[in-house]
Amino acid sequence: MASVFFIFLIAIAAGFLGSLLGLGGGIIMTPALTLLFHVDIRYAIGASIISVIATSSGAAITYLKDHLTNVRIGMFLEIGTTLGAITGAFLSGLVDTRYLYLIFGMLMLYSAAMMLRKAGSDLPQDVVTHPAAERLRLNSSYYDKGLGREVPYRVAGVYGGLGMMYVAGTISGLLGIGSGAFKVMGMDLFMKLPMKVSSATSNFMIGVTAAASAGVYFFRGDINPGIAAPVALGVLMGAVVGTRVMQRMKSRVIRIIFVPVLVVVSVQMIVKGVLMG
Amino acid sequence: MKREDESTELWLAKLLKLGVLFSAAVIALGVLLFLSTGRSGYADGVFPTSPGEIWAGLLALRPYAVMLAGLFLLILTPILRVGSSILLFWRQGDRLYVAITALVFLILIISLFLGKAES
Repeated sequence: MASVFFIFLIAIAAGFLGSLLGLGGGIIMTPALTLLFHVDIRYAIGASIISVIATSSGAAITYLKDHLTNVRIGMFLEIGTTLGAITGAFLSGLVDTRYLYLIFGMLMLYSAAMMLRKAGSDLPQDVVTHPAAERLRLNSSYYDKGLGREVPYRVAGVYGGLGMMYVAGTISGLLGIGSGAFKVMGMDLFMKLPMKVSSATSNFMIGVTAAASAGVYFFRGDINPGIAAPVALGVLMGAVVGTRVMQRMKSRVIRIIFVPVLVVVSVQMIVKGVLMG
Repeated sequence: MKREDESTELWLAKLLKLGVLFSAAVIALGVLLFLSTGRSGYADGVFPTSPGEIWAGLLALRPYAVMLAGLFLLILTPILRVGSSILLFWRQGDRLYVAITALVFLILIISLFLGKAES
């Protein structure tokens, strides 16, 4: 009984951070459930899939209304993510996930360093529109409550971004973690989107990707209601608050919070890879 | 184009909001039933997993079944988002994005079945 309440409280924090950064909150939920509450890893993964969907849907309520989410970019990139998820499902019996954890952990650490170099900048400057972005009509604008003005933006590196989404989909299919982080990085480093748009659009996408696999977990009996229900409610509440805070934040601040979280995720991945051996 | 985008996003936001609030309400009802009665409605460590069992438990207002029904509705919300986007792009006459969104929807359904075959 008491643990239901504490799981609920941690879920609020996970939803808050997840919606702020465009991640699923699984980075908080899975270790918290397994280490603090000694939940079976199977149910912890089931609950973190629920946490991803709850973050996405809770955040989408606010972001879509504020045009922070670019629905066109989200849908277009979702092609890469979903195809990647299928690839991941095919590869899962064939490759040694131990090396994948190590490789992607390192890759993520490198990306964190790349993002740190840009830490001082607030909005992307002098972005040249990629020809494919023109055809797909991806350029758009959003109202930034932190700056108090409309921010128009151009979209670069469409193919690089799409490739990164394919990678994000494949690793989330194979490893079950890190897909939100890779999505934000792809949009930030390749497509040069404003940080808030990257985060909100990633939030929009992660729910769609997670829902595809959630049905399997659900009917396999991995979604334990005693754990997943307080997680869902807490994460939804946290996400609704997180989105409101994020709208008013400076992009620079979001980036500064994002980098250490990225480092934590990469270290989690590397440790997992090392321990598997 | 700008105004069309706006109406798409508002429509999506409203539909999604309703879906999310409804699923949250069902989950919350289950949690309240659980906390007030102190029972899950099932034996210790057991919960229903098949649609038939969950439905029967929902009608009998067994707390775990009510929670699971709400969680299932929550899982459906992102799929609802993709499906409704197809309709909205269609209404705007945006064929390119009808095709893109339909493709995503199709891949989603395929991956759903692939997962089933795996388990």
